[in-house]
Amino acid sequence: MSKIQVEDLSVIFGRRTKEAQELQKAGRSKVEILNQTGCTVGVSKASMDIQEGEVFVVMGLSGSGKSTLLRCFNRLIEPTDGTVKVDGNDILQINEHALREFRRTKMTMVFQHFGLLPHRTVSSNVAFGLEIQGVDEDTRLKKAYEVIKTVGLEGYEEKMTGQLSGGMQQRVGLARALATDPEILLMDEAFSALDPLIRTQMQEELLQLQEKVHKTILFITHDLDEALKLGDRIAIMKDGLIVQTGTPEEILTNPADDYVRAFVENVDRGGIVTAGSVMFKNPNAVRIKQDGPRAALRKMSKGGVTSMPVVGENGTFIGFVKDTDMKEMEDKGLRDIEQYMYTKEQVTAVKADTPVADLLPLFLDTDLNLAVVDDDRKLVGVVVHSSVIAEMIGKERSEVKQIRDEGGIDL
Amino acid sequence: MIDIPIGDWVEQAVQWLSANASGFFNGITAGIDFLVEGLQSILMYPNDYLTIVLLALIAYLMSSKGYKFFTRSAWKKGWGITVFTILGLLLLKLMGYWEETVSTIALILVSALIALVIGIPLGVWASRNDALDQIIRPVLDFMQTLPPFVYLIPAIIFFSVGNVPGVVATIIFSLPPAVRLTNLGIRNVQQDVVEASKAFGATKRQLLFKVQIPLAKSTIMQGVNQVIMLALSMVVIASMVGAGGLGQAVYKGILKADMALGFEAGLGIVILAIFLDRVTQTLGVSRKQIRDED
Repeated sequence: MSKIQVEDLSVIFGRRTKEAQELQKAGRSKVEILNQTGCTVGVSKASMDIQEGEVFVVMGLSGSGKSTLLRCFNRLIEPTDGTVKVDGNDILQINEHALREFRRTKMTMVFQHFGLLPHRTVSSNVAFGLEIQGVDEDTRLKKAYEVIKTVGLEGYEEKMTGQLSGGMQQRVGLARALATDPEILLMDEAFSALDPLIRTQMQEELLQLQEKVHKTILFITHDLDEALKLGDRIAIMKDGLIVQTGTPEEILTNPADDYVRAFVENVDRGGIVTAGSVMFKNPNAVRIKQDGPRAALRKMSKGGVTSMPVVGENGTFIGFVKDTDMKEMEDKGLRDIEQYMYTKEQVTAVKADTPVADLLPLFLDTDLNLAVVDDDRKLVGVVVHSSVIAEMIGKERSEVKQIRDEGGIDL
Repeated sequence: MIDIPIGDWVEQAVQWLSANASGFFNGITAGIDFLVEGLQSILMYPNDYLTIVLLALIAYLMSSKGYKFFTRSAWKKGWGITVFTILGLLLLKLMGYWEETVSTIALILVSALIALVIGIPLGVWASRNDALDQIIRPVLDFMQTLPPFVYLIPAIIFFSVGNVPGVVATIIFSLPPAVRLTNLGIRNVQQDVVEASKAFGATKRQLLFKVQIPLAKSTIMQGVNQVIMLALSMVVIASMVGAGGLGQAVYKGILKADMALGFEAGLGIVILAIFLDRVTQTLGVSRKQIRDED
């Protein structure tokens, strides 16, 4: 179910926003608008649909408008145009009182530099949201202690926030955001100010926490690895525009333009790209009862391959056959390919969502391809060695040729 | 040649005010008189030596703030000003200036108090309203740079002579830092924290009292300290319109070219200045920042 729907959201900073809007409608670029009107386009006609319970990551470099976009969701920044619907209600239309209620109960935020109150203790910071709502002290501190436990800060409740490390301070920030039981969490570069090690740890903990709390999380980051790790879906922003929205895998395997391609080039793809996207779909297969060695050989030479999967009735995957074996059978006049088929012990089948990094080891000690099957063990694809290698190194064919030209030895 | 009679206009305005708003000015006079005399009689009520001890105790507690009271490190921090207060005030008492000293303390505290009551809210307002900030800046500059003698003239016209015109002139002169530093302190509160409070649905009032003022406290308190010091610097000038205390003694010294009188009273002002400065310097230190006993 769609939790937040954003349509044509634009934020323009400056005085002559009307003019800038006209220019924007006419399709002028950010630079042109700046030169003509002196207005800066923060976000340009952003649209997105965020599902309930998903982690939606907006990724972009600094100045891409991602933080501005995020601040439109709770109207810390007032958008110039567009709609932001939460559960179907356009929050850009509600009055100040309703907005305050909305911020208090539905949507909270975690900040890059934590934004904690340095003159208060951890528990008092965590209880801040409830305090604002007028919840009495006993109740709110009880709740604060609970949430502090959830984020793993037990024992630090009465410390001043200044005495904590960055990672701990951000846990306080997270606890504060969770204490009011909001449905939506906005996280603005929440882990960007932390050390790499702590950051990784916090990312993992956030994912574990999300398993438990199932909030709708909107996460902003400039770090693609972080986006790929956390995001169920990712939107990539550039100059105020959303250039691509998709799952991590869609973005890696099918970048929308050169900008995204340049971004994803150096990413460790092995953990994200799955068998499903490197396999050959609906491969030709040998049918076990119907096809003999001759038919198998014909299919293989037609497809230009040296081995082929074998399927039973209903297309269930059974094993592989090789062309050399088929030839031998033909020479010997044997008919039943089952005798020469590689089955369970020698072959492996994987599901389509297995990451490519996990496929590599499966190629050890075998020259057979991998079969990809669905939940009913039906054959859906075949993964060959070269596809996996190509995916892992993440290089284009032209680049490989260049490497060969420069580093290879002429024979 | 064109002659612009600004002076005449100001004079006419002052006269019109004094003729038409005398009720208002009389009310202010009565209020200020009440405060000054009240505070003076409170300070004079107990035995003079007891008052000295109490003031020294205040000096000790304030200067050792941030430490647990009556511990070795608190004493290490606060003994100097405590001993100084006792010896200094005792000296004033024994020189025969006790009444003047008390009267000066009362004048300064009342002036500073009124300046703060006006200045801090004004500073808060200016911090959230850029237009007001723009207007108020040159006015504050004007108040601080106009020679303070000039305020004395309308002060006499409105409030006749005595403590009151002195207090009013002192308020005008010492008000600016309260406004400026409150404004500055609130504007300098980390934007992240302000944004976070808004994001959690804080009202403007909650934002002000739960976040901005506590975080701006040390800057605001610097303002308080400056207001008190500026008020002190006005005591001699204020005595020209009849305000009492040590300032008056100095002024008499000047008029009579009496070196002994001038020096003794001047020394008294210095002692008070050190006492007040040290006592109010630590106002911004939070009680929560208590360090462990070493």
